[in-house]
Amino acid sequence: MDFLVFQYPMITLQACLDGILLGVLFALIAYGMALQWGVMNIINIAQGDLVILGGYIAYFMYLYGIHPAWGVIVAPVIMYFVGIAIYKLVINKVVDRDLFISILATFGISILFMQLMNFAFGADVVLANSGYGTTMLFDNNVVLPNSKIFSAFISIVFAVCLVIYMKKSKLGRAIRATAQNARAAKILGVDTEKVYAATFGINAALCGVAGALISITFTIHPYMGLPYTIRSFMIVIVAGLGNLPGVAMSGMGLGVFEEFADYILGTEFRIGSVFLLLVLILVYRRFKLSRKREYLK
Amino acid sequence: MNKNFVLYAAILIFGLAAPFLFPAFKVQLSILCVLIVLATTWNIQGGEMGYNSFGNILFYGLGMYLCASVQVGMFFPLAEWTESGGEKTFVHTPIQFFQGMAVGLVVAALVPTIVAGLIGYSILGLRGHYFAICTLGLGVAAGEISGGIEIIGAGQGFTTPPFPNVGSLEARGEFFYFLSFFTLVLTFIAVRSIYSTRFKLILNAIRDNEDKAEAMGIETMKYKIIGWMISAFFCGLAGGIMGGLVGYIDSTDVAFDGREMGVFMVLMAILGGKGTLWGPIIGATIFHIFKEGFWTFFLGWQYVALGVLIVVIVIYFPEGIMGWLREKYPERFGEVVDEKDRKAQVELK
Repeated sequence: MDFLVFQYPMITLQACLDGILLGVLFALIAYGMALQWGVMNIINIAQGDLVILGGYIAYFMYLYGIHPAWGVIVAPVIMYFVGIAIYKLVINKVVDRDLFISILATFGISILFMQLMNFAFGADVVLANSGYGTTMLFDNNVVLPNSKIFSAFISIVFAVCLVIYMKKSKLGRAIRATAQNARAAKILGVDTEKVYAATFGINAALCGVAGALISITFTIHPYMGLPYTIRSFMIVIVAGLGNLPGVAMSGMGLGVFEEFADYILGTEFRIGSVFLLLVLILVYRRFKLSRKREYLK
Repeated sequence: MNKNFVLYAAILIFGLAAPFLFPAFKVQLSILCVLIVLATTWNIQGGEMGYNSFGNILFYGLGMYLCASVQVGMFFPLAEWTESGGEKTFVHTPIQFFQGMAVGLVVAALVPTIVAGLIGYSILGLRGHYFAICTLGLGVAAGEISGGIEIIGAGQGFTTPPFPNVGSLEARGEFFYFLSFFTLVLTFIAVRSIYSTRFKLILNAIRDNEDKAEAMGIETMKYKIIGWMISAFFCGLAGGIMGGLVGYIDSTDVAFDGREMGVFMVLMAILGGKGTLWGPIIGATIFHIFKEGFWTFFLGWQYVALGVLIVVIVIYFPEGIMGWLREKYPERFGEVVDEKDRKAQVELK
């Protein structure tokens, strides 16, 4: 452990900015998770693996000479259909069942995806080089890769577009109605089966965008999915379902936390600290809720 | 009761004779015993209590590391042992090995039990999926963190003491087989006697409706923690044995292997039938046979098969084999069935 990071304001600033840019990406993934959790009451453990799959799409475009930034257009389109396929094959059989069944089923999908990606793309850590330069701030003391700024910008654009879509379009209204009360929506003529499929597809598409951005900014690896699932789960439980500014804020907070954990504890404990933070948050939440229950008594 | 006695005696005799009948499968049989122990103890809080945990792997891995560390640390400096990484600078004499193993197993069983008791109060207050995800996080966090600790080998792994030379070559396999078989018998007796007391009814009440159970005056938290501690005790023991059997401990691939062992124990219990005494045992046996067949003939595709298997079992057989049998032959499970009602149901189908 060393706390040098707090003694130099420039490094602190660097960590904060890095964290915020990273957190915007996490928030995008968490938004997808909040969407499907709210609408279908499913926790998708395979969320992170969908992200990594999206990343590999962008990486393959890079391998074939197309600029990986186009991945943010191509990946969501492909991932939308992957999401629909997963829904049709597995998820629609577990939607109404108890939550543990859905967790276990998506855990199975996650293992399946991990291994298939391992076969298809190899077990190497890869990244798609975008060729963007870096931006220097504050007398060259703070270095920000342009790819990070680009990815944060694209994430915000996608999130804003999706929010407007959910507010204005017919499908968005149907999704929101189903989230509020699936039975009532069915009575009023909403085809909930279609809404569920579309929700899962949109979630997968969001994961695709995030994955493409991650492959540009960071690295991807077939087994790196689970931490993304845990991060998005954590963001959603901190922010609450359907609280969009909360999702953005807690996403950035998590990003900053991770950067500092990286500096203070060392990189080898980075993922471990994320998982420990999850446990701590859940325990904190449990004591907060139990106080509420005692109050009711 | 008499019939059951014959059954148990037959299984016991078969278990004792198995390593001599199938000498080539001794290691597989010992792994099977460990798997049955894990599935049975998972069932205590997963099936009977309704708290579906992915985190029992935490106790398993903890037991594994503790047993090996104690076994080495009792006689040699631990840091130098892990640094040499399997080089035979220090050699256990047979007496040292068995002493170390005995003390190590006691520690491996007791410390996870205490850990379960300590974290139980804060974690068992979570309900449903929050509990499942929290325990998943615990297991992975433990793996990641133990992978960064130098004294137990960090990323390069930890070689457990090799079995000493005590004459015959068969001794190692037989020792570990009888150790795991003894643990299995111990677990079975313990679980069976637990299931015939009021404690099981309390656990079932917690599963069916926790708030109501609390309203009936049951201190649910106390019983939940005790249930988890029992699980942790046997998981730690199983981990300690498995560490010696495998001979090499890696933080994420052997000890805290949430992707394999952590899911296996859940899957085996579900395959056999959650919330029954024999379900996990049957499930573990079938699963192990299937797994070994697949691992041998489709090497490389095993995780793909595992993923598909999880999805198929969860979607199509959530009640498991015992649940299916129960539906088919309810009389044999002590349920009174109205003959007319049954005929009407058959006709409906």
